Amino acid sequence: MELLVAIAIGVLTFSGVYLILRARTFSVALGLTLFSYAVNLFLFSMGRLHTGKPAVLSDATSYTDPVPQALVLTAIVIGFAMTAFVLILSLRAHTELGSDHVDGVEKPKLEPKQRKVKGQSNQSKRKRFGATR
Amino acid sequence: MNHLLLVPVLLPLICGALLMMASRSPLGLVRSLSTLSVLLLLACAIYLLPLANTGQIQVYALGNWSAPFGIVLVLDRLSALMLMVTALLAIFVTLYALRGDDQRGGYFHALLQFQLAGINGAFLTGDLFNLFVFFEILLIASYALLLHGLGPARIRAALHYVILNLIGSGLFLIAAGLFYGVAGTLNMVDLARFVAQAEGDQLLLLEAAGALLLLVFGLKAAFLPLHFWLPRAYASATAPVAALFAIMTKVGLYSILRFSTLVFGEQAGAASSLGSGVLWVLALLTMALAALGAFAANSLASLLAYLVLVSVGTLLAGIAVGSAEAISATLYYLIHSTWVIAGLFLLADIIAKQRGEFGSSFKVGPRLLNPHLLGGCFFLAAIAVAGLPPFSGFFGKVLLLQAVPAHAAWQLWPVVLVSGLVGVIGLSRAGSLLFWRHHNPSSPVPALDKTAFSIAALLLLSSPLLVVFAQPVISYSEAAAAQILDVQSYLQAMQLEEEL
Repeated sequence: MELLVAIAIGVLTFSGVYLILRARTFSVALGLTLFSYAVNLFLFSMGRLHTGKPAVLSDATSYTDPVPQALVLTAIVIGFAMTAFVLILSLRAHTELGSDHVDGVEKPKLEPKQRKVKGQSNQSKRKRFGATR
Repeated sequence: MNHLLLVPVLLPLICGALLMMASRSPLGLVRSLSTLSVLLLLACAIYLLPLANTGQIQVYALGNWSAPFGIVLVLDRLSALMLMVTALLAIFVTLYALRGDDQRGGYFHALLQFQLAGINGAFLTGDLFNLFVFFEILLIASYALLLHGLGPARIRAALHYVILNLIGSGLFLIAAGLFYGVAGTLNMVDLARFVAQAEGDQLLLLEAAGALLLLVFGLKAAFLPLHFWLPRAYASATAPVAALFAIMTKVGLYSILRFSTLVFGEQAGAASSLGSGVLWVLALLTMALAALGAFAANSLASLLAYLVLVSVGTLLAGIAVGSAEAISATLYYLIHSTWVIAGLFLLADIIAKQRGEFGSSFKVGPRLLNPHLLGGCFFLAAIAVAGLPPFSGFFGKVLLLQAVPAHAAWQLWPVVLVSGLVGVIGLSRAGSLLFWRHHNPSSPVPALDKTAFSIAALLLLSSPLLVVFAQPVISYSEAAAAQILDVQSYLQAMQLEEEL
């Protein structure tokens, strides 16, 4: 079970970090969500993994630690609220800035399409340059 | 147990909740409730300061659950000082916001109160997870405050700020989880006791958790590789919000100081002074690059944002040295830099208002209505913030330069002095452009708001006052530094002293 949980946390973190590093706000929001899932699972597993044990202190000599569960609850609540906030903020940024890039502006140089047609973009640059003159 | 320890957290929380509900009631009511709250907060800080100065560490066990099991609030000299700095700043910010900035969006006062609750809580708490919760409270409020007044620039800055801090929160949780998983406790003092005894794999895990925490606090404090969000965020925020944010980086620095002295302090053996070598280098680099940034800034607001970064670098250097004298000097400089930079943000807003559409950008604009008054005030404030005599910036820097040991001095002195010089050049360039070069006024601007100006000037007056009352302030900060380095006294206060 430990291995399974560890792999799950690893995959979630990996996917989350990958998505956070994308340039679009939607993927970043998704990435943050996945990352917070990973963090919550990790926090939960810090109380050690048990099955079929009483959840709180009882006469049993072995029990599951209630503290990480309480911590995870807090973290989940905050995480949900913040995901909602990021989504609203991204929507707002999209309407206000006219772009869903995390920087709020498109960077055409980095787009693969533009790179392929280098000659064309140079031409258009020249045109623009001429127009400003 | 002194129940007044709860007031700096509960009072703004309750007032914030009331202000949320009262958002549709008359403006006068909202404003007076908000003002009343910050005044009471100051009264409370004034009461707590001498209480902490008795040297007795006050511990408040919430729900009367004793130390390692329940959550505790801890008041020592350091946290009392931070509460005082925050409370005084909050009054000026609130009063300045009353001059109209609070009407540029909804819920300003409620958000301000929540932010204060988070900041005060972070200064008071003695529990790691509780620290996370208070960080979240102050961050959530700050997200909304940064967006106060809206506009594309703020949204763009807020997007970076929010995303970065959410990642930071995730890392904080991982660190807290690691600490709990290894040590089985989240009480900071109990953690200190555990770290001192840990060895082998446990120690490695604890150090990893500590390094993660350092990263998270570094994101808040905004030192070198983690600072990219700050200049844009501070430059685009509404003036009172930017002024309030002057304390935000200090929350990060406070947490670094707390952790590096308490959990990873002298007694921690193999793990002691975790990361201080890295912090030292980063502090120097932060100072140097921030000074260059200040030199290259294209508006007064972003110049000030870079000066915030310079002060962060200076303070971090003091924390990295970690001796009692260095920490004492750091605390003095912390008070100075918080108040003076906040005052400068307010003054910059007043100047920007007189330049109409040009705002605070460094372009030749219309002649100011009150060039002598504003220019004179800016001149004095610039001297204070750049660290020239006779104001408190100079005093703080001298204390810090004296406090570093000889082998570190040859690194710190040139960086501090040259970054100070570059800062002076940047500020004088700003001043000469704003006050001496102008063309005829293009559009009518509103007359000087005398009340707003006097609020900003009063906050800036803290700088000469810090020099006049340097003796009591420094003796307090020396006592505070000695106290936080004496980890044993914390164990005694929480009755955890058995073995160390």
